[in-house]
Amino acid sequence: MEISFRDMITVLHGMGFGALFMLAFSGAIGVIYATAVAGPARPLSRLTTMMFRFYLISMATLAWLATLSGAYVIYPWYRAAAPAGTTDLSLYPRLLLLSSPLTAGWHDYGMEWKEHVAWLTPIAMTMVAYVFIKYGPQLALHRHMRNAVLGFTAVAFFATAVAGVFGAFLNKYAPVRGGHEYILFEDK
Amino acid sequence: MAVQSLPTGPGAAAILAAGIGSLVLGLCAFAADAEPAVGHAFVFWAPTGALSGVTTTAIIAWLASWFGLSRRWRARDVSLVRVNVAAFAMLLVALLLTFPPFMDLLQGK
Repeated sequence: MEISFRDMITVLHGMGFGALFMLAFSGAIGVIYATAVAGPARPLSRLTTMMFRFYLISMATLAWLATLSGAYVIYPWYRAAAPAGTTDLSLYPRLLLLSSPLTAGWHDYGMEWKEHVAWLTPIAMTMVAYVFIKYGPQLALHRHMRNAVLGFTAVAFFATAVAGVFGAFLNKYAPVRGGHEYILFEDK
Repeated sequence: MAVQSLPTGPGAAAILAAGIGSLVLGLCAFAADAEPAVGHAFVFWAPTGALSGVTTTAIIAWLASWFGLSRRWRARDVSLVRVNVAAFAMLLVALLLTFPPFMDLLQGK
């Protein structure tokens, strides 16, 4: 059983950062709601507040790691230009997809949407973490601010879902491969 | 127990700046797609292509607007209804402008 370096980084991007971020969403809604329900008159314990802050900062960090690794590590491998005369496009995923009208849409719509919409997530989640840390239980006093925080969180979830779903399909039709091969174990 | 409420300005600044950053992302993505010259100008780092310039410009616009609005609204109470309407309108436009079929529709493709 082996895995290439690029496969490994792609898994880290999608499953390590992206999927973990998606899994954390329901918790984020719960954290914001629980804090707002308690309100400033019934403050949460210091430990709980610290954990809630850590949770949202971790989500924003995961969002940045996912988008930055996607745009600046994996995307260059995906869109690499093939040398003239190359017939085997397996190491050039974008060209491989565009080589057939049956798969070109995965790039034209899937990657084109994913590469841009994903950036809404770190912007939104950084704002959410900041507002939460700044106001905390006082979100209970500012209904519109709470609504904005929850709304941006929902849009971040949508943007991440789009990026995640298309990322999975793109990697199915044109996986990002190459680099050093690591043998995890061999059958005897 | 009476609790003194923090001014809404800093929160409003963060919310509106997030909307502005999102809108700039959408506008830059659309401009780079529609105009090859703009797309070429957005190539800040060749391996990532125009995406590098589109996203860098959006991040700079987001952080600069956040900084400016934060300074302006630091100790003020701001109408969150108006801020939310503006921020979500910009976010909606950003979502549409990053959606390839909508980009194509605007370009008459």
